[in-house]
Amino acid sequence: MRHQSVTSNIDWISVVIYITLVIMGWLNIYSSSLSSIAGETSIFDFTQIYGKQFLFILFSIPIIFVILSVEAKFYDKYAIVIFAFSLLSLAGLFVVGKTIAGQRCWYGIGSFTLQPSEFAKVATALALSKYLSDVQVNLKDFNRQIQALMVIFLPVLLILPQPDPGSALIYSVFFIVLYREGLPGWYLLTGFIAIVLFVLTLATNSPFIVIGITTVVLVINYFRSRIVDRNIIASVLLLLIVTGFSFSVNYVFNHVFKQHHRDRFNILLGKEVDMKGIGYNTNQSEIAIGSGGWFGKGYLEGTQTKGGFVPEQHTDYIFTTVGEEWGFVGSVFVIGLFVALILRIIYLAERQKTKFSRVYGYCVASILFIHFFVNIAMVIGVFPTIGVPLPFFSYGGSGLWGFTILLFVFLKMDANKVNEW
Amino acid sequence: MRKALLPAIVIIIASLLLIRLFYLQIIDDSFKLKSENNAIKIKYDYPERGYVYDRYGKLLIANQPSYDIMVVPKDVKEDEMNIKEFCSLLDISETFFHEKMKKARKYSPMLPSVFLPQLNKLEYAAFQEKIRKFNGFYIQKRSLRDYQVDYGANVFGFITQVNENIVKKNPYYVGGDLIGRQGIEESYETFLRGQKGVKYILKDKFNREIGSYKEGKYDTISKQGEDITLTIDGELQKYGEQLMVNKWGGIVAIEPKTGEILALVSAPNFNPALLVGRKRSKNYTLLHNDSVAKPLYDRGLLAEYPPGSPFKILTALVALQEGVIDENTTFFCHHGFSYARGRFMKCHCHGGAMQLHNGIYESCNTYFGNVYIRTINKYNNHSYGVDVWSKHVKSFGLGDFMGYDLPIGKRGKIPTSKTYKKIYPGWNWDGKTIVSNAIGQGEVLMTPIQLANLMATVANRGYYYTPHIVKKIKGEVLDKKFRTRHVTTIDRKYFEPVISGMFDVYNKGTAFGLGVEGIDICGKTGTAENYLKVNGKRVKLQDHSIFVAFAPKDNPKIAIAVFVENGYWGKRWAGPITTLMIEKYLRRKITRVDFEKRMLEGSLKDQYAKLYPRKHQDSLALLNERVKDSMEGLNKKQDSIKGVKPKNESKKDTLKKK
Repeated sequence: MRHQSVTSNIDWISVVIYITLVIMGWLNIYSSSLSSIAGETSIFDFTQIYGKQFLFILFSIPIIFVILSVEAKFYDKYAIVIFAFSLLSLAGLFVVGKTIAGQRCWYGIGSFTLQPSEFAKVATALALSKYLSDVQVNLKDFNRQIQALMVIFLPVLLILPQPDPGSALIYSVFFIVLYREGLPGWYLLTGFIAIVLFVLTLATNSPFIVIGITTVVLVINYFRSRIVDRNIIASVLLLLIVTGFSFSVNYVFNHVFKQHHRDRFNILLGKEVDMKGIGYNTNQSEIAIGSGGWFGKGYLEGTQTKGGFVPEQHTDYIFTTVGEEWGFVGSVFVIGLFVALILRIIYLAERQKTKFSRVYGYCVASILFIHFFVNIAMVIGVFPTIGVPLPFFSYGGSGLWGFTILLFVFLKMDANKVNEW
Repeated sequence: MRKALLPAIVIIIASLLLIRLFYLQIIDDSFKLKSENNAIKIKYDYPERGYVYDRYGKLLIANQPSYDIMVVPKDVKEDEMNIKEFCSLLDISETFFHEKMKKARKYSPMLPSVFLPQLNKLEYAAFQEKIRKFNGFYIQKRSLRDYQVDYGANVFGFITQVNENIVKKNPYYVGGDLIGRQGIEESYETFLRGQKGVKYILKDKFNREIGSYKEGKYDTISKQGEDITLTIDGELQKYGEQLMVNKWGGIVAIEPKTGEILALVSAPNFNPALLVGRKRSKNYTLLHNDSVAKPLYDRGLLAEYPPGSPFKILTALVALQEGVIDENTTFFCHHGFSYARGRFMKCHCHGGAMQLHNGIYESCNTYFGNVYIRTINKYNNHSYGVDVWSKHVKSFGLGDFMGYDLPIGKRGKIPTSKTYKKIYPGWNWDGKTIVSNAIGQGEVLMTPIQLANLMATVANRGYYYTPHIVKKIKGEVLDKKFRTRHVTTIDRKYFEPVISGMFDVYNKGTAFGLGVEGIDICGKTGTAENYLKVNGKRVKLQDHSIFVAFAPKDNPKIAIAVFVENGYWGKRWAGPITTLMIEKYLRRKITRVDFEKRMLEGSLKDQYAKLYPRKHQDSLALLNERVKDSMEGLNKKQDSIKGVKPKNESKKDTLKKK
């Protein structure tokens, strides 16, 4: 009977989008890894990555069944335990982690590897939902704010030194969740302004221009406000902060950042581009996507894809295959699927009866969104090169399972809402 | 408000991503091209160039394999490779290496360009063994010409690498391709070259080939070049060139019935093999810079001269057609005649009563001067008179490019009333004023091929076919313009009396004693004045020796024009050469051996040295040395490689065609 209720109450729209994305991802991984191989082998060849991805997809099915058969209350009850376990698994990397390409973020089990940071997102989302669903928590309260931020920053502190800046970056999206649950707006506004100032400082390459612009804005604002609201001290203070920030950005960029970090920004800002060296990834991925045209070159016909010109094409750059072989139409379709899924989850989250499941749903939507945004923006050359997978699409067991768990835990909560009162 | 933030961001960000994608995929086209450069490599399959045969099927031009060293600059690691070894292998200097690399890089770092063209088999073999050591270099096989004969350079032309202009203008060619220049190689380029095959090959980021693009959907198969049969009689051509050794000038022989060019000789000439291989460009420059002997200047097609006495044939024919004279019209010659006050035209004939017949064979200036004046003055309007005459003359194909199938030519010049309006503005000129035209001086200019064609027309009694040099192209019908009979404005009946006059040129006239027993030759001597500008002053040089003829008189088989620069009068050089050529063609052997020997050995070299003091090296003498040297060098190299001593094998490197 319980099983019956899950199948009838589960949100099939989300499930269908999920399945579509997973299968499309798999087909594109197949295409992207055919390069340089003479003769086409079976898509089920388990020695190849597309074969492995097929195994990962198969293994998602029992995971989904387990998630759906567990009581929804379980996640509420054990959120903190799961979070603690997840933190332990991250910390354990420093002891028994496997290093691949300079990053110590995997546990090696035979030939398979597991990346705990992919699961930590789920755990953090659960923990944050648990914390915020406490009736006593009011995010207007400064102490509560600090506590909420600690939930977010604990895993970040463990992930950053691996080093995995991509995964760490993802956690910034929890601010949107916090804002939804009452965090004062100036947090986001400050963050937003900081980003603008950061980009502006780098783009102009001179803090003085930024300071000048800020001064003009403040002066105009000062004289346009009502006399009573004018606060010369606040304005000057603001200017000082901006000045300090701008100079420190400049300093950090030129003296703290390593050259390859600087290069990643410089590519985006259109400065000094060496297409053979650091600019190679972005350049090749733009070429692959750009050469797709309206309808693409056809499945398995992408010349860039076959030539293996795009590095990491089956993982972070999987979207280039879509762009090249399926063209603009295909790209719009994939982006459309993601937007539909995210908006659907937001819609479902807003109709949740418990705060816990609403916050969790919001976390799911936000996490999917930030991955989707950072990944595609990077691939089309408007975001610095940073390793973030495209959910459900990119190759990798940990990633696929992490996102599957993230999504289906929420779908389980959503399917269960009728039973809760 | 708080609820709306995330959906708003999602929608805004997604829209921005789509706009960027739209820009990348739809608006900005450059990525398509970049992707092609990136991932698609074009490989060409060059077909073998068509062979060339003479009219009897004798092989004149075959092919030999040649190997170009190509370079893709971005793949060359100059700091890692052993440049010294590379250079010594190819016998080039290191500065040459760096220069070439710079040039190639400038052309394109990604695309291949020719590093060193046209290696022969031996050079190739030595390099091939070590090529793996030199990243970025590869070998493109092409076929080069292998000349089976040492004559005909001016007829054949040569092949060379296309220059940038051609690549820009004609999309068929890419840098490094070969193209025919001059001669038949140029005019029949599209037939001879065939169609190169194109293969699109996918490559990966390491530049490795990973298969064909779209299963070869866009690939094309190469098409073999067509073999061409020339109208040239190889033996006659060779004989003509031998006769012209140490003389400058030209011979054009045409088969009157078809317009087929039997021989097209230009002297001085050179061995066509000089313009093949790595030394081609150096040799070519040397020939090109020889501004005195001008070995590259095809005198048979390009030399415009006042034709002199042979033109009298036309003067007579036009006058007969216009009815201003008949065979019996008589003029008296007093070793010249005074046609206007203070104007006297000298004549070298025996004098006395001149009629058409002896007028021709004695080449009487007085007679033809009077005939011409009558022709022009037949109409009160002299302008009209000149135009009528001009129209008749032009119907022989004069005064214009004739439309033959060689890429170069000159119009020559036949004056009209317009010409004289310019020369004598506001002056009431008449036939007397322009009487020099009567004897082929004045404003008339003709090229040797036009002279030969004039002879062919007379031989045919009033029509000609556009002269042409190609007899057959496999699978192609000869161009219609070479099968169309051009009929002149002169009635057939007027030719016979003129021809009988020309026949007696040999028996009683200016070419007395040159005849061949048993062959009825009709001919006409000529002597053309010529001038050279020296320091801005017009200096009269020694006359050119000219002779035109056709034979046999009935059922003519050959029409010929010969001219020898600065060869005094017609009978001295051009006449004997003409006769020998006719005998060679009709009988295949020469009966008068002494006569032949005198011509073969006769030299005008001292004459030329006197007339044209040399500022440059004698290109031909130098080149002949070079040919000898390189043959010896080649033999030595072969010996050292094979350890045996085969002789002159280079000629046998011919690619054998099925």
